[in-house]
Amino acid sequence: MSLLRAMNERAQELGIPLGVHLDVTYRCNERCVHCYLDHDDHGELTTAEIKDILEQLAEAGTFFLTLSGGEVLMRRDFFEILEYARKLLFNVRIKTNGVMIRETEACRMRDLGVEQVQVSIYSHRAEVHDAITKLPGSLQRSLEAIRLLRSCGLKVAIANVLMTANMDEHAAVRALAGELDATYTLDPTITPKIDGDTAILRFRIPQAALDSVFHNPDLVGNVEEFCAPPPPPNDDVMEGYPCSAGHTAAYITPYGDVFPCVQFPLPTGNLRRQSFLEIWRNSPQLREVRSIRAKDLPVCSSCAHVGTCSRCPGLAYMEGNMRGPSTADCEKSFARTGIASANMLLRGRSGSQASLVQIRPLAS
Amino acid sequence: MSDVYIARSTAIAARMLGGEMMVMSAVDSTFFTLNEVATVIWQAADGRTPLRQIVAESVCSQFDVDPETAQRDAESFVTELSQHRILIVSAGPIDSPRSGPVEAA
Repeated sequence: MSLLRAMNERAQELGIPLGVHLDVTYRCNERCVHCYLDHDDHGELTTAEIKDILEQLAEAGTFFLTLSGGEVLMRRDFFEILEYARKLLFNVRIKTNGVMIRETEACRMRDLGVEQVQVSIYSHRAEVHDAITKLPGSLQRSLEAIRLLRSCGLKVAIANVLMTANMDEHAAVRALAGELDATYTLDPTITPKIDGDTAILRFRIPQAALDSVFHNPDLVGNVEEFCAPPPPPNDDVMEGYPCSAGHTAAYITPYGDVFPCVQFPLPTGNLRRQSFLEIWRNSPQLREVRSIRAKDLPVCSSCAHVGTCSRCPGLAYMEGNMRGPSTADCEKSFARTGIASANMLLRGRSGSQASLVQIRPLAS
Repeated sequence: MSDVYIARSTAIAARMLGGEMMVMSAVDSTFFTLNEVATVIWQAADGRTPLRQIVAESVCSQFDVDPETAQRDAESFVTELSQHRILIVSAGPIDSPRSGPVEAA
């Protein structure tokens, strides 16, 4: 067992929020067509409030801290926040579009000991990337940021979200990542907007494109293994947890709302009214999330994919039931194996979307 | 190893988890968990206290170990962590050491 895995298991046993994703702002200088956020500022946490939250997270045992947004550099105090986080010895990863990163910012991130910077790149062609971000010149500036970050010695990951507009570009983006000496991650998941609006789901890549991604050895490695039919689930699978959300992971919005995960907008408390540990330990919603085992899932427990599915409880929640299926993950399991999920069989593979719950932040 | 001063690098992340210190290098993502004795040395690595003094005052006073063995093990530990740039080793006192990690509540 790797040390990291052992650490995760230990954190789970002890009930420690090992990894926290903190969005410091939802403001952004890009307007990506598929983005799930509302970019207006509805009363962001102040610098002092964020520093206090960071102290609380350190005391709670959080080790991995992802600072994201929105665009993190839209906050003028971002480096003050980053410096404070590093003073508290978090392992910090930053998600950014890179547009505002120049040599000064890149070197500062390096000097502060940031572990990795993730930059979103949608295409190697400006006409495609900039059409998605709706910011002319953004590809050029993001790529320049990656070069600067790499020249400073920082690790950079290129995140390539796939959607209808760029679904044929991933090989070129992957090659570009190689040229830039950056790692490459691909994500074919478009999620509903945080307020429950599903309009952006029209950008999801079609099933045939998903099939193609999952059968591409450059992306998944051993295709035969990756796409193998799922083995029958054993007791460990049925007694297992869906994912780390709410177990060892948490998400904090720029307004102090605490959710189990960035993709799981179940309100559990607000840090302007309660301490982090009070929410983490006592929230009825988090306790409910933690109580769910695979055997408790009404549809998925009888599904052939139950042991291998990437079922996201957050996406299931947005479909109306955190114990229910996540249609996007059903489609992924089907694309990998050609075996319909229990949910798809129930629906006659109609592919119809369940109505989504409307999510509102707790903060007024 | 003649007497040396040790300080924690600024390019690390660290946290106590269930009585063990987790340390990760931001430079090469090397990940360590330190046992109790190593944690004591790591926490005492303030850049101002010589390693020999840390061993005598922090290790030998808390653990049932003879001073020579403790010093030898400490030197080995310091060498390994310095190779991963998690600890800075110097013949003289080191300025601006980092504050220690926060312990989980």
